[in-house]
Amino acid sequence: MTDYEHHEYDVLIIGAGGAGLRAAIEAGQRGLSVGIVTKSLLGKAHTVMAEGGMAAAMGNVYPEDNWKVHFRDTMRGGKYLNNYRMAELHAKESPERVWELEQWGALFDRTKDGKILQRDFGGHRYPRLAHVGDRTGLELIRTLQQKVVSMGTDVYMECKVLKLVHDPNGRVAGCVAYWRPTGEFVTFSAKSVILATGGAGKSWKFTSNSWEGTGDGHAMALWAGAQLIDMECIQFHPTGMVWPLSVRGLLVTESVRGDGGVLRNSEGNRFMFNYVADMFRAETAETEEEADKWYDDHTAGRRPPELLPRDEVARAINAEVKAGRGTPHGGVYLDIASRRSPEFIRRRLPSMYHQFMELAGVDITTDSMEIGPTCHYIMGGVKVDAETAATLAPGLFAAGEVAGGMHGANRLGGNSLSDLIVFGKRAGMGAADYVESGQAATTLDMGEVEEAVKEALAPFERTSGENPYDIQRDLQEMMQTNVGIIRTESELEFAATELDTFIERVKNIAVKGGRAYNPGWNLATDLPAMLTVCRSVTRGATLRKESRGGHTREDYPAADPAFAKFNFAHSTNGGNWDSPFDTVESPLLEMPDDLKALLEEDH
Amino acid sequence: MTDVTMRIWRGDASGGDFESYTVSQNEGEVVLDVIHRIQATEAPDLACRWNCKAGKCGSCSAEINGKPRLMCMTRMDQLPEGEVTVTPMKTFPIIRDLVTDVSFNYVQAQKVPALLPPPMPEGGYRMFQEDVERGQEFRKCIECFLCQDVCHVIRDHEDNKANYSGPRFFIRYAELEMHPLDQNDRRHLVREEMGLGYCNITKCCTEVCPEHIHITDNAIIPLKERVVDAAYDPIAWLGRTIRRKKNRSAADAAVQPAP
Repeated sequence: MTDYEHHEYDVLIIGAGGAGLRAAIEAGQRGLSVGIVTKSLLGKAHTVMAEGGMAAAMGNVYPEDNWKVHFRDTMRGGKYLNNYRMAELHAKESPERVWELEQWGALFDRTKDGKILQRDFGGHRYPRLAHVGDRTGLELIRTLQQKVVSMGTDVYMECKVLKLVHDPNGRVAGCVAYWRPTGEFVTFSAKSVILATGGAGKSWKFTSNSWEGTGDGHAMALWAGAQLIDMECIQFHPTGMVWPLSVRGLLVTESVRGDGGVLRNSEGNRFMFNYVADMFRAETAETEEEADKWYDDHTAGRRPPELLPRDEVARAINAEVKAGRGTPHGGVYLDIASRRSPEFIRRRLPSMYHQFMELAGVDITTDSMEIGPTCHYIMGGVKVDAETAATLAPGLFAAGEVAGGMHGANRLGGNSLSDLIVFGKRAGMGAADYVESGQAATTLDMGEVEEAVKEALAPFERTSGENPYDIQRDLQEMMQTNVGIIRTESELEFAATELDTFIERVKNIAVKGGRAYNPGWNLATDLPAMLTVCRSVTRGATLRKESRGGHTREDYPAADPAFAKFNFAHSTNGGNWDSPFDTVESPLLEMPDDLKALLEEDH
Repeated sequence: MTDVTMRIWRGDASGGDFESYTVSQNEGEVVLDVIHRIQATEAPDLACRWNCKAGKCGSCSAEINGKPRLMCMTRMDQLPEGEVTVTPMKTFPIIRDLVTDVSFNYVQAQKVPALLPPPMPEGGYRMFQEDVERGQEFRKCIECFLCQDVCHVIRDHEDNKANYSGPRFFIRYAELEMHPLDQNDRRHLVREEMGLGYCNITKCCTEVCPEHIHITDNAIIPLKERVVDAAYDPIAWLGRTIRRKKNRSAADAAVQPAP
């Protein structure tokens, strides 16, 4: 048996985005030893790309706002598939979590009387998003990063975790990883492990996700004995760049619409008025005049339809393009130039201005942007307990995008950053409680370690085999075509068969070069997780024979109340990345009557 | 679609050399797109660091035709015709190919005494937009470390690294100094231990900043003024002596009780 570099902690956190860093602060403040492992450098996690803001019912702009309205908006946005308890805790705790960031150095934009300014976003009844221009994610990660550094927490950067490792009794007791700069393996043992690995969008061709979004945490949790729920619910953000091709999918913040931007088709029409679902009709403006009054005074008119939840807007854009009313590059127009002054646009949307000017040569203060849906966020994830973030695998916790349930079938914009800090803190608490309860494990099953190492090194041993980049490209193409924004039975069945072929291809990868900072090898170690995610998404999408939120079936276009009672939960026997799945219907938590009443109320 | 020849430095700490790759290039592409194409075809082990490909994370810093830039924000069609040369940042030790060891910056970050605010009142702090704006400019920093790379104090003098935190951290100190809530005083630290005096305001850092932060004018010069005021103000000197305020080391400050 090989001797590996080894480290031990009370709490080990995998992932250094908003959720992981917030969890680290919490566990560290409890006096426990904390280690953070991240596959990138500290401060580069995908959180940094969040733009518009974090939702918290502080009521700084409209005092009518409170947690009850936020809870209602979140549940309606999620088409009631949410873990209601997570949505409730999130709505109640997010204001405290936002204020606390200012103690650690965050500088949000202000109201005239010096409070945190809040902006409008889709699906939120009141302006609710604390923000810094359009770079709120950067502010969040830098604030948490600086706090974690000031606490002296150990951070293992550019260290990629391959697999969670159990103790001989089956509790999660640590993980095996490798240093990207050297390719050397390292083991971590810990009394509890928190997954905060983010999303999985990199398996689609057009995505706003960085290379990191390979679903490592989703897959590792499944392999380790936890369940994945709602994997079919994928958010295609309505506004991604479509041109030039090199930046296709890159995010255009919803703040453009929150701050007055509108969507137009090639005929110049504000088409969103034609796509208002019954569920939102009562609260949505019927005419452009009414909608335009709303921006200045939310009591003077109803909300513009451009600010419907993201699933509604993405489907509408898709339909306009399909109907032949798209732009030359297959999107629609997002226009703020004709509606707000250049000064306003540059002040409120500096990164968007910069992004379009430098990457597309478009001045958004004078011209419309061409945009279209882009794979952005996975609502599905590891099934967790709302209070503690505990998964079904003892010793394993999960928070942030890797966890499922909070957002139901569709996430509202702005609810992601607040999710990170609310449930990051709760995961830190849950993991700390577990450590203190004395039931934790620390002995690694070295057999599991050896097996993971062997699997990771196998691509170096094959003299002939496939280039991992070819497999990744084909997988992205296949998922985009067959398991994209609009799905249908025959395509899903085709995808399931294709995924079996991809498993065989991944087993035949050959990697060139050495182990030190080898991106080809790194991709080879990502692909098993990507395939696990794709398989669970495809399985869930096939079984959910209805349309709901981020899951739209061409062959079952309506929501079916029978499907509103449970999540599809996947688990695996054997724990290997290519093991078959078991899928069950896992009933939703029963909501207490007082909360049910909130959903009906017209706030 | 046209072809382009990329001359890329390849190697590790033990040495290396340029290799040329001729690949296709499409309309609107940036340098990082072309690097990715080389990885996907000819050289899957070509090391380069990147994350967001949108100019927001600051991972893909390199020197393009000798200029420190982000590979994801440098359009191919805006470079002069002909061969494009890509080399790793010079100021930091090589890991492999275009990837450097930037841990110097993370060590500097550990030395920064944290924000020390007063207790938070019910309903959060009150701060005004004009007061937070100065700090907000510095908080746009994406930590690409191009300013550190270009700064001749450490680019040309390895020895100075021990006593110099560099432009990225001067804007961090400036941000904290100008923070409406902060009660820490880092002026002595910045002057004595972080090497602010080494900077002779050549503005190279400002020129390479992809976020267009006015590093020199808005951070370094005001910081120099504040530090000098603190050092030569007799009343401040007397105050320091009477209070016998210990010159807290950064490490001490970093473990102050968290709010």
